[in-house]
Amino acid sequence: MNTTKFILAMIAAGAAVLAVAHSLNVDYFFFAAYTILQFIVLATAWNILGGYCGYVNFGSAAFFALGAYSSVALIKFDGAIDSWFPEGVASFLHHVFPLPIPVLIVIGAVVSGVVGLGMGYLTLRLRGAFFAIATLAMAVVLQTLIVNWDFVGGSRGAYIIRPDTLEVGRFQVSYIEYLFTLMLILTIIALVTARTIERSQLGFGFATIRDDELAAEACGVPTLRLKLIATTLSGAFMGMAGAPFPYYIGYLQPASAFGLEYAVNSIAMPMIGGTTSWIGPLIGAVVLGSAQQYATVTISSAVNLLIVGLMLVAFVIIAPKGLLGLVQDRLQARRSS
Amino acid sequence: MTALLHVDNLTKRFGGFVALDGVALEVEPGERMGLIGPNGSGKSTLVNCICGTLQNESGSVHFDGQVMDGLAAHERTHRGVARSFQLPRPFHSMSLADNLRIPLLYTAHARSGLLHSAGDLDARCHELLNMVGLAGKSRRMPRDLTQVEMRKLELARAMAAEPKLLIADESMAGLSHSEIDDILALLVRLNERGITIILIEHIMRAVMSFSQRLAVLVSGKKIADGKPEEVVRDPEVVRAYLGQ
Repeated sequence: MNTTKFILAMIAAGAAVLAVAHSLNVDYFFFAAYTILQFIVLATAWNILGGYCGYVNFGSAAFFALGAYSSVALIKFDGAIDSWFPEGVASFLHHVFPLPIPVLIVIGAVVSGVVGLGMGYLTLRLRGAFFAIATLAMAVVLQTLIVNWDFVGGSRGAYIIRPDTLEVGRFQVSYIEYLFTLMLILTIIALVTARTIERSQLGFGFATIRDDELAAEACGVPTLRLKLIATTLSGAFMGMAGAPFPYYIGYLQPASAFGLEYAVNSIAMPMIGGTTSWIGPLIGAVVLGSAQQYATVTISSAVNLLIVGLMLVAFVIIAPKGLLGLVQDRLQARRSS
Repeated sequence: MTALLHVDNLTKRFGGFVALDGVALEVEPGERMGLIGPNGSGKSTLVNCICGTLQNESGSVHFDGQVMDGLAAHERTHRGVARSFQLPRPFHSMSLADNLRIPLLYTAHARSGLLHSAGDLDARCHELLNMVGLAGKSRRMPRDLTQVEMRKLELARAMAAEPKLLIADESMAGLSHSEIDDILALLVRLNERGITIILIEHIMRAVMSFSQRLAVLVSGKKIADGKPEEVVRDPEVVRAYLGQ
């Protein structure tokens, strides 16, 4: 399937999901599905660096939180305009602010992408466990910065009042449906990007970095530049996933934005689905995300991490290459027998 | 005639250890050169400094009239230096054809602007695999290969970058008599196509039959350089290899 057809197929699938969700019109469905979609974006973003290039990022939560907090900062800025600026400037700024969420998403992507680029530069000589530790350390540093930044609420956190509805022309859409639709679009963009990379020269280059950087250089692959592209892209998509989050959650505090579940889920989902293809993180996020939503409703949200842990252990034993690898191995075995 | 590769007073240290000590080397276009030396004499370090895997501290490397110092390894590959690794380093997750696709995409394609269509690329992959006698295995994975096939893949991948200079770093170590002849014949064929080759090897039978000129490296210094028959009779070379 070529890229154009794939994009059309994804848009059709997205439209179908939206149609089903809209006809159900249950708020809870939008809430639950938003979380799963958000994890698809996070897992896909992680996989660009972790799966394609083989660099394990433990700091996904930080990129996600940066996206969320850049939104918070801009929302708070909107509230502070009148006290900060003289009247003339303030009235002009009121035309621009508050920024619509799609703009916040772009800004979140830029902020997290730039931080991703910086992380790439700082850690370019580190591999394996050392790289993972460095990303974890970066997450801790960024969390400390946010905790001490009073403007965005510091450790107290920040309240973001979500409007009930959004007016699109003559129509009124419930805000959660709007957020869900945005995240659905982001998911499609992330999946299309990941799949396009996979089949391009860039994807081949990423795979050589995963396999053997020295040999890659000898073949003429500019490994440093490709690594920076990967860290930037991966960071940007995580920031995108985080930007609408304050509106979704209503109250954002550092401990939840930088939560362990984001870092762990972004790793576990591609691992469970399979890291070599764009479809792996999608499968992993849907399977694990649904299981977590189910557990949240039936037992408690506290068991979420336990589920991730158990599933990771199970998959490491049964299917180290994820569900995708399991299926591929089965098919190969059948073909050769 | 100007030299293709001109290494001048090259020095490389690892901490206090001097791995290369003022090495000078010239290789003419189209030449078949042998480079020998005991283990730890700095052969691989020299290769790494020429190819950009390591950066030399002092001295300079000129290639094809251009200064190479400070260039990253991939930039040197783009300028026409290719190497095979002492221990084969294939891309494990890719089929043989895809292994060759990498240098085609990133070097040959980028340089010549040829090989536009996917069909061109496939044809070129096949041609290269054919050249080293692996045509039937294009869809196999590197782990399915034997030792000698792995070496051939290594050479084919180096050749895919369409280099002017090929440095074969011990591409015959651990191979049988007939396998060595196989690889030697392959290298000679490449040379006949106009590619300059530096062969680094311990197997003297191979070196002597291949090289038009022979250089000897001992403890980071070049102690001899000349006609192979004369170099191996050089008292200093004999002393380095056999002791006194």
